[in-house]
Amino acid sequence: MNYHWNWGIYFQTVQAGEETYLDWLISGLGWTLAVALTAWLIALAMGAVMGTLRTLPGRAPLAIGNAWVEVFRNVPLLVQLFLWFFVVPELLPRDLALWVKQDMPAKEFVTAAICLGLFTSARIAEQVRAGIQSLPRGQRMAALALGFTLPQAYRYVILPMAFRIIIPPLTSEFMNIFKNSSVAFAIGVLELTFQARQMQEDSEQGIETYLAVTVLYFLCAFLANRGMAFIERRTRVPGFIAAGK
Amino acid sequence: MLAGFDWSVIPASLPFLGQGLLYSLQLTVVAMTGGVIFGTLLALARLSGGPVLAGAAAVYVNTMRSIPLLMVILWFFLIIPLLTGKPMGAERSAMITFTAFEAAYYSEIMRAGIQSVSRGQVNAGYALGMTYAQTMMHIVLPQAVRNMLPVLLTQTIVLFQDTSLVYAIGAKDLLKAAEITGRNYNRPVEMYLFVAVIYFAICFSLSLLVRRLNRKIAIVR
Repeated sequence: MNYHWNWGIYFQTVQAGEETYLDWLISGLGWTLAVALTAWLIALAMGAVMGTLRTLPGRAPLAIGNAWVEVFRNVPLLVQLFLWFFVVPELLPRDLALWVKQDMPAKEFVTAAICLGLFTSARIAEQVRAGIQSLPRGQRMAALALGFTLPQAYRYVILPMAFRIIIPPLTSEFMNIFKNSSVAFAIGVLELTFQARQMQEDSEQGIETYLAVTVLYFLCAFLANRGMAFIERRTRVPGFIAAGK
Repeated sequence: MLAGFDWSVIPASLPFLGQGLLYSLQLTVVAMTGGVIFGTLLALARLSGGPVLAGAAAVYVNTMRSIPLLMVILWFFLIIPLLTGKPMGAERSAMITFTAFEAAYYSEIMRAGIQSVSRGQVNAGYALGMTYAQTMMHIVLPQAVRNMLPVLLTQTIVLFQDTSLVYAIGAKDLLKAAEITGRNYNRPVEMYLFVAVIYFAICFSLSLLVRRLNRKIAIVR
């Protein structure tokens, strides 16, 4: 293998500019975290709404929830990203479209966060529905018998329990969102994968570059995992969910 | 809104899109076949009980599963020419990448499948004088695949969607074909919408198939 190693590359300055490659990587990490965490909030909110819709009485909410899940699950994430970036602005009213195309601040970031958020919300909706359906019927009945309205029963009894039950699949979804945020490079978000490609071309030290970026992704996934484990411990309801020891 | 769209570019670009779709499907089939074979071997290694073999397989699977596929695609595209000494086209590089990457995911499914076959089946195989290989080939794996068929297919749908990520190294798949024709005819909006519909149609009908399969298998049990 004919490769010129240079482990000091991270501290050298880039071809055109004062920054070091490490600066690029750190700013890339920042954007990756920003996209992933914003998308996570959107995904949790929409996932909870859509998952709930699919457990309500009546056909209309079920149909809406199902359509949501099928659409966002059956189109590749990268294609969805291009749809949000290139197609959706064309479908907006003219003034709004003009604003989105020209004046919207951090356009790439906002687009990527919305796209990734809604994509992930379909997966979370599936989990929320499964979580709600795994609750004993008595919980809902008890809540209604105590005089809660249906929204109150969901807000105070059903959803708090359902979310605790689905923490393990949510954990892997949270780890996935960091990995999936890598597609944002395709519309020009300056996140880790974008910086990886840029630094590889600029420094011609591909292995060192990709190694650093891979380690940073590892770190994100690891911290996401530990963070969710912490939340799981803190929110455990004693005597309810099988918690091991 | 939709009035300003010019849909006539779609029939004109169908042959080119067809080539892209063909590559996407080829990549899916190659990665699925290779992934299931290597994945099964990885699963057997993890279940073998040998600390070195099982440990190595576990490290491989967990590493692949915690890196974004995009990074894996970039890694292989960088490493393969360094190792072989000559450049490799994006299309072939992607086939190797996806096989290696999907093997990790299929191996987790096969591992669950193998563990779903009861211990007595294995013991019965040995009692009949079969070797380890024969027991696996004729008794355990057929049942494991059967039990896991819906999950394997679901993973294949995910794989098919993920093939769009070869965009990063410029391989000409369905998405790339749409991008190129969209640029040539200056009609990117129509092309992106059209490929989204194609992807949706394929993935949605496959997922309906999986659902039917699930019902069938559930009745047998």
